[in-house]
Amino acid sequence: MSDTFVTRLDGPAPEQEIAGDMVRRALPVIPLVLALSFAVWGVNGALSSSYAIALVLVNFVFAAALLAWSARISLALLMAAALGGFLIRLALISVAILAVKDAAWVELMPLGITLIVTHLGLLIWETRYVSASLAFPGLKPRPSVGSSPENKR
Amino acid sequence: MELLAQAASGADQIAFGEAISSGFAYGLAAIGPGIGIGYLVGQSVQAMARQPEAAGMVRTTMFLGIAFTEALALIGFVVFILLKFA
Repeated sequence: MSDTFVTRLDGPAPEQEIAGDMVRRALPVIPLVLALSFAVWGVNGALSSSYAIALVLVNFVFAAALLAWSARISLALLMAAALGGFLIRLALISVAILAVKDAAWVELMPLGITLIVTHLGLLIWETRYVSASLAFPGLKPRPSVGSSPENKR
Repeated sequence: MELLAQAASGADQIAFGEAISSGFAYGLAAIGPGIGIGYLVGQSVQAMARQPEAAGMVRTTMFLGIAFTEALALIGFVVFILLKFA
């Protein structure tokens, strides 16, 4: 087994690809969530939901960036960044919500519900995609240039 | 006056109980995911150190696992703010 203090992982970072995918998938869903929140809680609900969605997306992107950065240095730092990053991100989310909890435009119920539903929804959506690509890596093979006519049937 | 004082102390006790219980809810909800993430990442790092060629797949599942585990802490936090401030 190689030493975790000197082993580093160069190359593309899958965490950042996953986080980017999640942001891309969230974009078309955001108006739907905001409309639903507006219908139930009004303008303040929609504003609170948009704040929660922004928090979730920033959280994913920050986590991915932290893990990708630490993996390029060493596996031991990756471990430290994962656990330390959890504490830091939880503290940042707490501060971000506690800072606005008394603002006039904040409704805590839609804020909380959107935070959980968006986080879990995006994760389940992405996991479905990732598990399919891990289980069937050759699902969409590129057409080979010199393929024979028999193979094109 | 005595009744007023008793009512005030009763309200204080309820507020005290709310603060303590919501604080415990948040703290306990953060401990579980902390243990889970520590175990998850430890095993993933061990897997990557043993088989660096599988690091991409391990990192993908590790990131998703971290995010799923973190959802538990988020649920605890949301319960905390709803109990305490809503």
